[in-house]
Amino acid sequence: MVLRITSLEVTIDRKKGSPVLPVRGVSFAVEAGQTLALVGESGCGKSMTCLAIAGLLPRRGCVSAGRVVLDGADLAALPTAEAAKLRRRHVASVFQDATGGLNPVRSIGWQVAEAVRLRQGATRAEAGREAVRLLGRVGLPNPELRAKEFPHQFSGGMNQRAMIALAVAGNPRLLVADEATTALDVTVQAQIIDLIADLRDSLGMAVLFVTHDLGLVAQSADHVAVMYAGRVVETAKVSDLFAAPRHPYANGLLKALPHLAPAGGRMATIEGTVPAIDALPPAGCAFAARCNRASEACRTSDPELRGNVACHNPVPLPVNQTVNRYENEKIMA
Amino acid sequence: MSYLEATDLVRSYEQSSRGLFRKPHKFRALDGVSLKLEKGTTLGIVGESGCGKSTLARVLLGLLDADGGCVTLNGQPTLNLPDTQWRALRRSMQLVYQDAGGALDPRLRVRDQIEEPLHIHNLPLDAVERILVSVGLFSALADRYPHELSGGQLQRVVIARALVLDPELLVLDEPVSALDVSIQAQIVNLLMDLQRDRGLTYLFVSHDLGVVRQISTRVAVMYLGRIVEEAPRAALFANPLHPYTRILIDAVPKPDPSLRRTTRIEIGAPPNPADPPSGCSFHPRCPLATARCTVEPPALRDFGDRRVACHLIKETV
Repeated sequence: MVLRITSLEVTIDRKKGSPVLPVRGVSFAVEAGQTLALVGESGCGKSMTCLAIAGLLPRRGCVSAGRVVLDGADLAALPTAEAAKLRRRHVASVFQDATGGLNPVRSIGWQVAEAVRLRQGATRAEAGREAVRLLGRVGLPNPELRAKEFPHQFSGGMNQRAMIALAVAGNPRLLVADEATTALDVTVQAQIIDLIADLRDSLGMAVLFVTHDLGLVAQSADHVAVMYAGRVVETAKVSDLFAAPRHPYANGLLKALPHLAPAGGRMATIEGTVPAIDALPPAGCAFAARCNRASEACRTSDPELRGNVACHNPVPLPVNQTVNRYENEKIMA
Repeated sequence: MSYLEATDLVRSYEQSSRGLFRKPHKFRALDGVSLKLEKGTTLGIVGESGCGKSTLARVLLGLLDADGGCVTLNGQPTLNLPDTQWRALRRSMQLVYQDAGGALDPRLRVRDQIEEPLHIHNLPLDAVERILVSVGLFSALADRYPHELSGGQLQRVVIARALVLDPELLVLDEPVSALDVSIQAQIVNLLMDLQRDRGLTYLFVSHDLGVVRQISTRVAVMYLGRIVEEAPRAALFANPLHPYTRILIDAVPKPDPSLRRTTRIEIGAPPNPADPPSGCSFHPRCPLATARCTVEPPALRDFGDRRVACHLIKETV
């Protein structure tokens, strides 16, 4: 496992009021050469989980419990400087706003070369040549010329490619892509997804792919973790989740996809909204208020993640589905 | 005669060129757009960013002046009307934006936001609670401020404000793009219910083909300021004729792991709208382009009840 997160908890102090916990005991693992998708609505704690892994939590935030183990080293327990060194070497992040993530007064080539120098300790000349190679690798036409240009001269898709070149400089072990294609047109999005998959396969990276788009999950991930109100409520192989979601929230998200409803017909919805992190119910399952399968137990005790799903009344598997899952597991083993 | 008709709409923008004394560069965000919209139906407008979808929405509502062409609503021309007539007409057409938070005044209570159009048109102010209930909000929300509401609630308030004047036409510019899927579905259902109950006509601008397929009666695909294909919803999605429409539909990530795309989307970057390609403006990205496509711009031709602008489509479709 490249990355294994165990019972991760993130606490954010506030100027007024008690601290809040946007991430409340999250566990998952990502293997080399594999993509894990983290899905859920806004406010579910997806991005906070990523920021905790990348060591980029806001100033008032900290990892208050749990382990973030990268290639055997627990980043949450190491001294900050040592953890930062490991992250600089092995963890790369790509965010939604690529244009905002690049330095407007430095050329694209300079910025990629800087990442190469920091990660690999190369000389300026070597780093410059490597930067041009990387920009070509991410599909930028005329990399020698484009390397001299600045972010404002690039389109959003080209800036995202440059950001990915910068991220994969020095062959990181883990790429965290947080809504990396959300702001892009579908045609550009499809190309960026293909690019990330190519780089994952050729460099053997693990990819943590955060998105709210279940279509992208189906197209690009191997495994998926569904988050709700700071917890993982279901984990599964992608094919299993789409064939038979167990958690009512995962089920609701899938049913609400416009592609699945008959055109022109009413769409399935999940009534209500994600609770604010400072307004979680005092006891019981955070999803109970929106859940059509909620029972008395759901309002009194919060279900643990048991097997693949954290739910007192999971959606039953279709009869033939049990067999399929079993066979899948045999193939996995 | 259709409810809303636009003919040959043209709108150019000036782009400041590099160098202080050079002439600013003009480019056409709308380059001869014609469309018809029947009463009580929905026309979906799709395309990549920069194709002119939002410009079209704004020109139709008179928020931007057209450089050429004409628009008729119920047979009556709407462009370049005297102020008083325009004001009366404008009541029947309203706009809903993507950014609901930005469209509302942070210092006004929901009630005041919804009453504002009534003040402007000197109408009685009794409708607020009723309109809130009709968009699925509790009437108690009338006394809240925008920052106290969620994204889905804000979008419902914006829709309520558009409906309070009892319009006939709603122009919806990416109304659900900023929302989570479950909330998106709630708003799309609300829009479909309102259309059924009030006989509303929608122009629905979006880059999300899934949502457009859900809500539209007909769909128009735009590319660099032109409509390249326009067809009934079912025909467009089942059998896209223009190569660009086909690529757009292929590129939508399908939520089914067994339908993984195995071929690459080989389409290249969108061209610079300030410097459009010769001939068919899609030809540099088109997998099927021929020599003719590079010189002669294709006209938007009728094929039964659909229109396509492509040289490769033969008359016998």
